[in-house]
Amino acid sequence: MVRYFKCNSLTEALGLLADNETRFPLLAGGTDLIVQWGGRMPDGVIDIGGIEELKLIVQRENVVEIGALVSHATIIESKIAQRYCHTLVEACKTIGAIQIQNRGTIGGNIVNASPAGDTPPVLMAFDAKVELTSLSGKRHIPIREFYLSYRKTALKPDEILTKIIIPKQKPDEKAAFYKIGTRKAQAISKVVMCVRSKVHNGVVEDIAIAIGSVAPIVVCAPKTEDFLKGKKLDDKIIDEAKKSLSNEIKPIDDIRSTADYRRFVAGNLLGSCLNGLI
Amino acid sequence: MDKTYKLIINGKQKKVKARAMDRLLDVLRENLKLTGTKEGCGEGECGACSIILNGEVVNSCLIVFGQLNDGDEITTIEGVGGKKKLHPLQEYFLECGGTQCGICTPGMIMAAYALLKKNPKPTHDEIRQAVAGNLCRCTGYTKIIEAIEKCAHKNSSPL
Repeated sequence: MVRYFKCNSLTEALGLLADNETRFPLLAGGTDLIVQWGGRMPDGVIDIGGIEELKLIVQRENVVEIGALVSHATIIESKIAQRYCHTLVEACKTIGAIQIQNRGTIGGNIVNASPAGDTPPVLMAFDAKVELTSLSGKRHIPIREFYLSYRKTALKPDEILTKIIIPKQKPDEKAAFYKIGTRKAQAISKVVMCVRSKVHNGVVEDIAIAIGSVAPIVVCAPKTEDFLKGKKLDDKIIDEAKKSLSNEIKPIDDIRSTADYRRFVAGNLLGSCLNGLI
Repeated sequence: MDKTYKLIINGKQKKVKARAMDRLLDVLRENLKLTGTKEGCGEGECGACSIILNGEVVNSCLIVFGQLNDGDEITTIEGVGGKKKLHPLQEYFLECGGTQCGICTPGMIMAAYALLKKNPKPTHDEIRQAVAGNLCRCTGYTKIIEAIEKCAHKNSSPL
């Protein structure tokens, strides 16, 4: 018989996770998990959907903190998110369709660790941190260090992802989100990308490029970023940056797309982004 | 493991007992005999099982019963309208030819119903977006969108 633990407090859920006997999968919105179970339900579940303290969006001086259980729909409607991380709002709008956005959570999207996840490229481009909590305390790690390999994360078995801490977009920064899928709604991406940049008089002062669906995990493109930093954007530089990105990523052929197409499209997306910054 | 919740289903209070890991879709259809809600893909792609939970449209195939809470309000197609009295949305679906084989229709109506409750005068694009999670293999969508649009902008009876 399946053991179903319904937790209303974080401490209760962490206590269950700390005990080998009751260390069962965590269930939040369920929009990925229930599909992955496909009717073969686990022996037990820790339902964390009722933990209210993980459902808050709060702004601090330089960052926005989003609780792991905040739904995509709530982020889309959040004035704080719209103002300080509009690319995250745009990413959430492309997740599934409204039925999924109403149930799915940002924490779930992160720990599901799909290389095609829609929110991780935004969080990586913004150098967000995740808060991981266990009974022995909290630790904050950069999202860029959270994904270890395909579907493997730095989350320990007794930890819960509790919060995402995103630096606010600064007034002199621009950010763009792109997702290429088969259709606008309900699509898993062929390429998903976020670019955050600081460009002054056509010169790239800083740039962060993060891409999904082109490697076993969502990745940044440090070579292309380094190439662009300090350069004055013109047609030639943009062309070289496109080539650099196409070469830097390591996509594969799969059911959704081909490696060639992904390289080509990733380059083009960066190109159109850079053209918009001149 | 069973769970028991006091729910409000289509406006009526009901104490429902079911296995915690049963999909809400199955509890509605099998336990409560509300068979208007359909199963299409069973993995959140098609929207045929759409219902309204506490005012939000959701896929009932992607919720397990245990996730519900006491006091939750569920609306299924049976709570919107039926043979005795059709809901204006249903009238317009009929008038416009927005239904053919019918399997997507309950979910489509629920998605449209949720939209009109929140946004009584949606634009064409807002309507398209609201039903983007509902697949229809017969109509080509044009007549469905038209039905929802007419209901929003021409209907005068309460929704």
